[in-house]
Amino acid sequence: MRKTYREAILEAAAEEMARDDAVIVMGEDVGVYGGGFGATEGLIETYGPERVRNTPVSETAFVGTAIGAAATGMRPVVELMFSDFMAVCWDQIMNEAAKIHYMYAGSVNVPLVIRTAAGAGTGAASQHSQSLENMYCHVPGLKVVVPSTPYDAKGLLKTAIRCNDPVIFLEQKLLYNMEGEVPETEYTVPLGKAAVRRQGDDITLISYGRMVQKCLDAAEALAEKGWQAEVIDLRTLSPLDTDSVLASVRKTGRAVIVHEAVQFGGFGGEISAMIMEEAFDALKAPVRRIGAAYCPVPCAPEMEKNVLPETDQIIETAEGILNFVPTSLALRIHESRAQASPAACFH
Amino acid sequence: MLRMMKVRTFEEEVRRLYYEGAVHGTLHLCVGQEAADIGSTAVLKKEDFVFPTHRGHGVCIGKGTDMKKMMAEILGRRTGTNLGRGGSMHICDAENGIIGSNGVVGANAPIACGAALTIRQKKQEDRVSVCFTGDGAANSGAVLESMNLAGLWKLPVIFVLMENHYAVSTLVENASANPDFTKRAETFNLNCFETDGNDILAVRDIMRQARQKVLEDRRPCLVVEHTYRISGHSKSDANKYRTAEEIRYWEERGPIIRFSEKLISEGMFIRQEIDEILAEARAAVGEAVDFALQSPAADDTAAMLTSSVYAD
Repeated sequence: MRKTYREAILEAAAEEMARDDAVIVMGEDVGVYGGGFGATEGLIETYGPERVRNTPVSETAFVGTAIGAAATGMRPVVELMFSDFMAVCWDQIMNEAAKIHYMYAGSVNVPLVIRTAAGAGTGAASQHSQSLENMYCHVPGLKVVVPSTPYDAKGLLKTAIRCNDPVIFLEQKLLYNMEGEVPETEYTVPLGKAAVRRQGDDITLISYGRMVQKCLDAAEALAEKGWQAEVIDLRTLSPLDTDSVLASVRKTGRAVIVHEAVQFGGFGGEISAMIMEEAFDALKAPVRRIGAAYCPVPCAPEMEKNVLPETDQIIETAEGILNFVPTSLALRIHESRAQASPAACFH
Repeated sequence: MLRMMKVRTFEEEVRRLYYEGAVHGTLHLCVGQEAADIGSTAVLKKEDFVFPTHRGHGVCIGKGTDMKKMMAEILGRRTGTNLGRGGSMHICDAENGIIGSNGVVGANAPIACGAALTIRQKKQEDRVSVCFTGDGAANSGAVLESMNLAGLWKLPVIFVLMENHYAVSTLVENASANPDFTKRAETFNLNCFETDGNDILAVRDIMRQARQKVLEDRRPCLVVEHTYRISGHSKSDANKYRTAEEIRYWEERGPIIRFSEKLISEGMFIRQEIDEILAEARAAVGEAVDFALQSPAADDTAAMLTSSVYAD
């Protein structure tokens, strides 16, 4: 059945609440208002205000309370209206949720999901448009999930709710209305498992979230030019499915990583380094990264668009490395031609 | 009395071991606050949740944590409460309701509210969650937000605010616009109690009332306990912000001396009996030190270092 990304998220939460009394939903306006982006709509009618708790604008208090509830037997699903607000309660997430299980020698679990809306493209400007996943991935103890389809949104959220660790679940603002097939029957999607969205032998486009579709569009354009791109959707950034990435890069010998987050210091750097450390021998060209420009996300539509990665940029970058000839090889070709025909040197 | 003396002796031994170079890391001792620590925990049930601060040794001992495992943790041994991962600031003992001592000032308040939320959701009638906090943390957003949320949701939580004069070096009056913390109770719809935190019996009685009130009234409580931190903030405190006379003044009015004098003057104990209790406390702490020193160092294999970062 066709459902939107938003409906898929709502269904996952509703099903898990029905399945397990320990699952509760908390956050600003998650009650009758239905959540910042409508992803908790109707839950309060079914499960009541005890299990669907509207909170004051106190991110530190309600995220921390969810951590404490998780540590003592509940399975809270917290909605943080915008992922940018993670900064307001980052101490609780970084110093508490992420550390508790390890620091307390495995005696306490924190089965917590923080659902939050991430990404730009809505004109929400600098404080409501960021993609900060790299910060979360850098903290051992957090799991980081970025679904790119309604099917994955539902299946991954169900797994995240059943997971005994804190999971940062990054919903893509521009995908809430995206439609896709969502089965009527029960299913889950495992954490830490990437999906190959398109097969190809010439180049690997590695992405997640909203940029996956841009990579698929770019792959179509490349196909018209005779290049077959493989598109990998990471789905979970932590834990990272390195095997899927490496298997694809070993096959194609070329990789471009695409994300909406600022390129400098972004997650693409981690993937790029991992490829070079683990599969350098398979590379036919340098790994390239595509991310947002190094500035806060501006508001005006033309400005916002130019800061974020676009399909054309992916095509151009991919073509660049598809046509790449290593300098040393180019020199050797040049020299051998020069020996065969000295006149050719003057071209 | 025995427990207060255990706490004092424990802290003195930890300090001695630190200066001998046996402790890796920092220390925040609670010398002078024994009545607040022991009195506050004395009336709690084993299943009550407590959330100690970075200065949490006394609360953990009061709640029933094995001093041997605590000492082993502080000395970085594999027999420690946290297998050596936590050290002095993070003593954890889930079996006794200590979900973990917290190193970030004020950050335990929301978590204590969370445990209280679990109590509500699971309809556990005879259980409370206790957040230990102080005059320093009282001005953190985490504590203020938590008091509001606890009051709003009527959570079964007791905020024990130990006013020990200083946040590191900053005097209460120099950090709080209104140093009378009881005034906050009305704002956040908390029941409120206030006591001399150096009087063990008064603290115990107030905490008993507070616990009952939380259960009967079904709303949170603030308990302000006035005490004094005789030990420095941490091992690196040179006491530049206070005089030796001031510290001596409070040493003479410390909770253990006061209670001893009271018991003797009221004819309930003779000096020799008090000395016997002290000897018993010293023996117990001595055993803890021996246990810790004889325990193997923390497991530093790669497998141990990176295991249980995640539960799944």
